[in-house]
Amino acid sequence: MRKTTLCAVLALAAFAPHAWAQKSTSDGIAEYREMLQDGNPAELFEAKGEDLWKQKRGPRKASLERCDLGKGPGVVKGAFVELPRYFADTGKVQDLESRLVTCMSQLQGIDPKEVIDGAWGKGERANVTALATWVGSQSKDMKFNLPQSQQQERAFYEVGKRLFFQRGGSHDFSCASCHGEEGKRIRLQDLPHLSGKAEDGVGFAAWPAYRVSSGEMWTMQHRLNDCYRQQRFPEPIYASDATIALGVYLGVNARGTKSAVPAIKR
Amino acid sequence: MTRKNTLRFSLAFSAAGLVLAGCAGSMQQGAGMTPAELDALTQKVVKESFRDKGIVKVSQAFADDPTTRACDASDVAGQPLSAERAKEIEALNMKTIRWPADGKYLGDWKEGEKIAQSGRGRTWTDKAGAANGGNCYNCHQITKEEISFGTIGPSLYNYGKIRGVTDPNSPQTLEIVKYTWGKIWNSKAYNACSNMPRAGHAGILDENQVRHIVALLLDPKSPVNR
Repeated sequence: MRKTTLCAVLALAAFAPHAWAQKSTSDGIAEYREMLQDGNPAELFEAKGEDLWKQKRGPRKASLERCDLGKGPGVVKGAFVELPRYFADTGKVQDLESRLVTCMSQLQGIDPKEVIDGAWGKGERANVTALATWVGSQSKDMKFNLPQSQQQERAFYEVGKRLFFQRGGSHDFSCASCHGEEGKRIRLQDLPHLSGKAEDGVGFAAWPAYRVSSGEMWTMQHRLNDCYRQQRFPEPIYASDATIALGVYLGVNARGTKSAVPAIKR
Repeated sequence: MTRKNTLRFSLAFSAAGLVLAGCAGSMQQGAGMTPAELDALTQKVVKESFRDKGIVKVSQAFADDPTTRACDASDVAGQPLSAERAKEIEALNMKTIRWPADGKYLGDWKEGEKIAQSGRGRTWTDKAGAANGGNCYNCHQITKEEISFGTIGPSLYNYGKIRGVTDPNSPQTLEIVKYTWGKIWNSKAYNACSNMPRAGHAGILDENQVRHIVALLLDPKSPVNR
């Protein structure tokens, strides 16, 4: 039903005169997204994530309710909009997903490899996706405010910036090739400007999001992974420092904008 | 990251902190490291963060290249390359352009349209040996009929017409024909830090495919020029 609506919108646009059609197609898609907001399937992932947070699991049969996401053990509200940040216990800058992996390992005894070497939508990696969706949803409409008080956080911002502008692969693409200017498109898809002034609920402020086209819940790790695939880069390892540093760069650039997580995408 | 790596990483930070204590002026925005150290840290992070997948290999994807190295640095600094440096890089890339051995620059615009439409090839989910697309419509308007086009590159609609090309085989148009070929083969020969891939140079498109794209842009019968 959902896919039928999108097809109808696109089909309509295909027969229309061109200037009007461009406007109408993006308007149509925006309208369609709005229509779906009332029933975003992300809610199912939120519910699963909340359940996983409270459930006693893993070899240690423990819940995640003592997990410290940066605002103290068990504090979930507002944690998402301050990540990635530096954690003294691991000595690392971590994003939401890598932090969840740390908590699952330390509290529940779940092997991080099950997530890091896992597959999207499967096993413990799917559990992290659900957890990230729920944790993210607890900061909906809150403003991003990533800390930059630690030297490691500031260094990771600078590393993230360098990664953002790093050309590579057969096509010389960098993140900036698509996301370095205001108001650009790939085909009809609007591209967020990620090195400039950020907008509420766009770009960094929109992931995790439910992808209608693939029927999947995508986290920021998944979003970055597929960006790099399209960039013709090799695969970034899940929760690797490159993905975290990029997260710091994008997150700090998004400071003051409101989170729309969990969002819904075409 | 393993525990050993974490330790190494923390050590790198402390070492940098000790060495640089007291020379805050040379450090970047309080990151506690100089730009050169941040560059080195970035390379270390890249090395540890990516792995080969499918047809995409780390060793090739991050192979050192003077063009991208200079352009990346200029982007990070937020300062365009000096005119002199840009010229050097453009000259370097100009040398890589392979001109058609038989002197035939134009192929079939209909084939060119197919190549322009296709965005396939060279991702880790693509197969080796399959024909690559040109990705042209992802960034450019080309024909008027195709409304789904990107805006990262300039519109190429009426490309030949605007340039007064009525007979692409006449000697008067050779310069613009050669420029079009060269731009597709290696875009950086004309604009050092162009966003456009170096389609011929990087082996994304072969000589025949480049011919078809040139025809799409310059053939008076192509919908681009009608």
